[in-house]
Amino acid sequence: MSALSFDQVSIKLGGRTILAAVSFAVENGEFIGMLGANGAGKTTLMRAALGLVPLSGGAIRILGQPTTRGNGAIGYMPQARGSFVGTRLTGYDIVASAAGGAGWGLPRLDAATRREIDWALDMVGARDLARRSLGEISGGERQRLLLSQALLGRPKLLLLDEPLISLDPGHQKSVVEIVKRLRDELKIAIIFSAHELNPLIHAIDRVLYLGAGKAVLGAVDEVITGAVLSRLYGTEIEVVRIRDRVFVMAGDIDVERDAHRHDHDEDGGHHHDHGHHDHDDAHV
Amino acid sequence: MAVIITTMAITTTTTPMFDYDFMRTAFAAAGIVAVLSGIVGFFLVLRGQTFAGHALSHVGFTGATGAVLFGLPPLAGLVGFTLLAGFGMGLLGEKFSERDVAIGMMLSLALGLGLLFLHFFTSYASQAAALLFGNVLGVDNQALLSLAILAVISLVALGFIARPLIFASLQSELAEARGVPLRFVSTAFLMIVAIAVSECAQIVGVLLVFTLMVGPAAAALSFTRRLYAAVALSAALALLEAWGGLTLAFYSDWPVSFWITALSGLVYFASLVNWGGIGRGAATPA
Repeated sequence: MSALSFDQVSIKLGGRTILAAVSFAVENGEFIGMLGANGAGKTTLMRAALGLVPLSGGAIRILGQPTTRGNGAIGYMPQARGSFVGTRLTGYDIVASAAGGAGWGLPRLDAATRREIDWALDMVGARDLARRSLGEISGGERQRLLLSQALLGRPKLLLLDEPLISLDPGHQKSVVEIVKRLRDELKIAIIFSAHELNPLIHAIDRVLYLGAGKAVLGAVDEVITGAVLSRLYGTEIEVVRIRDRVFVMAGDIDVERDAHRHDHDEDGGHHHDHGHHDHDDAHV
Repeated sequence: MAVIITTMAITTTTTPMFDYDFMRTAFAAAGIVAVLSGIVGFFLVLRGQTFAGHALSHVGFTGATGAVLFGLPPLAGLVGFTLLAGFGMGLLGEKFSERDVAIGMMLSLALGLGLLFLHFFTSYASQAAALLFGNVLGVDNQALLSLAILAVISLVALGFIARPLIFASLQSELAEARGVPLRFVSTAFLMIVAIAVSECAQIVGVLLVFTLMVGPAAAALSFTRRLYAAVALSAALALLEAWGGLTLAFYSDWPVSFWITALSGLVYFASLVNWGGIGRGAATPA
């Protein structure tokens, strides 16, 4: 039984086809790197797995069950936005807000919930970080903290949307190491989207590449080839390997490097902004 | 505060403030409203929706003047109209990119309509001043009871949605993924804000609701990094400012609303000063 399976899944958003009859299956305990150009549908694919995006065809299954919104088997880490309303608050309070956050009533931080939060923080080595406010820690530390939040409820599948965005190489490396360790210790399936393959290349089991409404899942050597990527990008792509690093080039442009500069245009016109990201009233 | 306390000590010997019935009622009313405003306002600030709160109060002005025109109690018009507006804003909530302009336009339209209602009832000029700038000393026992009942309803409702509200305020995308009904929570919250704003307008007036709903909450967020401590501190600061304002007004004979805004401003700006690591407000980048 696969951790996540897409069976002939099609998704249209605002008249634009994001995915066209895409099929693939991610097995338990697999660390998948998800790549693709901006607007290729990386975020949409995750949101669809979470049951937040209507499908125009096909079926998505999580551990053999049809996907439902609020599925406890999935841990999710949304892409970090520029501003974060809670920067004044401690990391602990931010992480804790997700513990039982989908229930009703006053927040209850009983001993069992606190133990669960501590466990999640320890998994990413963020127990000490959590005492500080989000505004006081670095981007890499913040990603670690938010990663621990995705572990609450002990999911079987982790969907991590661009955890490396705007991190320097050192922090990128530490985030990838932590995620790899989560895979090894918890034996959970992980889908990790990124703009560049190289920070992930030694950690991932397989790569899922999106482009032109299609998706290809396979070993790095099978997928990251001129032939496969040319098909996904719809243009002539050359793959250059320098020692153990891979560069995806269209003409003389480094595709992934270029994509990095537009990191806030993910998925084009598909905005799922709920309003309080764009206002800084809380920080006056 | 030292100044206030000494002033009180000198004058209480001649005219004890609490000998007056209207002062006791005013203290009770201001206390209820301050605690409600401090708590609801905290979430308003946390969610970055302070402008929405401001707009709701202006809609309340239309409601109150309209109610007066039809011979109804102003509070009924205030609550009715702001609730309706809060509900509408919650439903339209997803279109946030146009939010500032839409809310601003609604705000102007509401004030304009309120002005028209006043035009038909010119004899209510003093009523207008009371609506705009508050009249806590005019609160009677019946109004006090209404304030208390509405406050209890709001706080119970807020308690009911507290968990998803906090979660959605801090991380809406994650909350949505975990199954929090964002629109329901946001609409319910704005309706609670509507009631808090209506109550607040009774004390400091529709133009000055910021002073009790936003000032204490923003200050609390600079003074502490803990969520629940910040909620409590916000309520405490609002209470302190409301009661402090009443006391100062009693002994100075200046308007209550002026003193409340002065105290609220003082506390807020003090919270921005970097007190060697205690109030980190000014030092923390947004």
